[in-house]
Amino acid sequence: MGLSSFLWNCTKKFATAAVITVTVSDRFASVVPVRGGSMSPTLNPKSGSQMGDFFDDYVLVEKFCLGTYKFSNGDVVVFRSPMNHKETLIKRIVALPGEWCGDHYNHDVIQIPPGHCWVEGDNADSSMDSRLFGPIPLGLIRGSVTHVVWPPHRIGAVEKKTPPQGLSSVLE
Amino acid sequence: MEAVVTYGPSMLPTIDLTTSVFIMEKISTRYGKVDRGDIVILRHPQHPTRKITKRVIGLEGDRITYSSNPKSNRLEDDSLKYISHPENNDKLETIVVPKGGVWVEGDNKYNSQDSRKFGSVPYDLIQGRIFWRITPFKYFGPFWHK
Repeated sequence: MGLSSFLWNCTKKFATAAVITVTVSDRFASVVPVRGGSMSPTLNPKSGSQMGDFFDDYVLVEKFCLGTYKFSNGDVVVFRSPMNHKETLIKRIVALPGEWCGDHYNHDVIQIPPGHCWVEGDNADSSMDSRLFGPIPLGLIRGSVTHVVWPPHRIGAVEKKTPPQGLSSVLE
Repeated sequence: MEAVVTYGPSMLPTIDLTTSVFIMEKISTRYGKVDRGDIVILRHPQHPTRKITKRVIGLEGDRITYSSNPKSNRLEDDSLKYISHPENNDKLETIVVPKGGVWVEGDNKYNSQDSRKFGSVPYDLIQGRIFWRITPFKYFGPFWHK
């Protein structure tokens, strides 16, 4: 019948599109919403207001960096929380392996072990980051954030800046 | 599901020294169903591009007692030093696996870099659980924890 072959065609095209979408979002890039205000003012500058989730930032996450796991200071990355593998967090890398990181809240200076990094949110007051759970293995990182794609008036690249308070000197 | 190749002596006698191919499934890890006794593939916490094969010994909240030689607990230590060190008095240490982490060990306790050296690893570093063995062909078949 014309109808059933039409439906079959639609199903095939839908399945192909689904496979392509999953591959692209797994390997190359995907768009994720940002929840919470731990990265204000870089991401979600108006968090906590009454507007709700519709005005949250959506960011473009690229996954090419997962080939070599070479990140630099100031990258904003998406990673799974070391305390709960179902949660994904977005923070900025402040220190890389081998560097010394000053932690003003615990009055500590620690050296980042090999294969780990220190992440902190830009909004230091309300951010669950390495000051709470320590340096995280680089293997937890799922991608790096390059651009904000929603809302339209905030479209643009996310800048990589090193925050001033981390003292990082590379000791070799 | 994915095919993985393993090599190295850290899982003797369960997995022998010949390079073997296994099939790994990722579904149970995604839903958090990895259990004690499973053999898993995980990313090395200190070298994120490397993957290692180990057995899950403890989940979050478990209390693990293991013997460790404090002299060889430095990072990036040579595993040969651990065996031939003259002061190889094994100290027993007990830790509680933190929330969201797992404790993995190789079956070959004498030559395995595992959680006794780098501590418990976050659950998300686990890539998959191996359940079927492909090569060498005479051992082809299901591969459960023993």
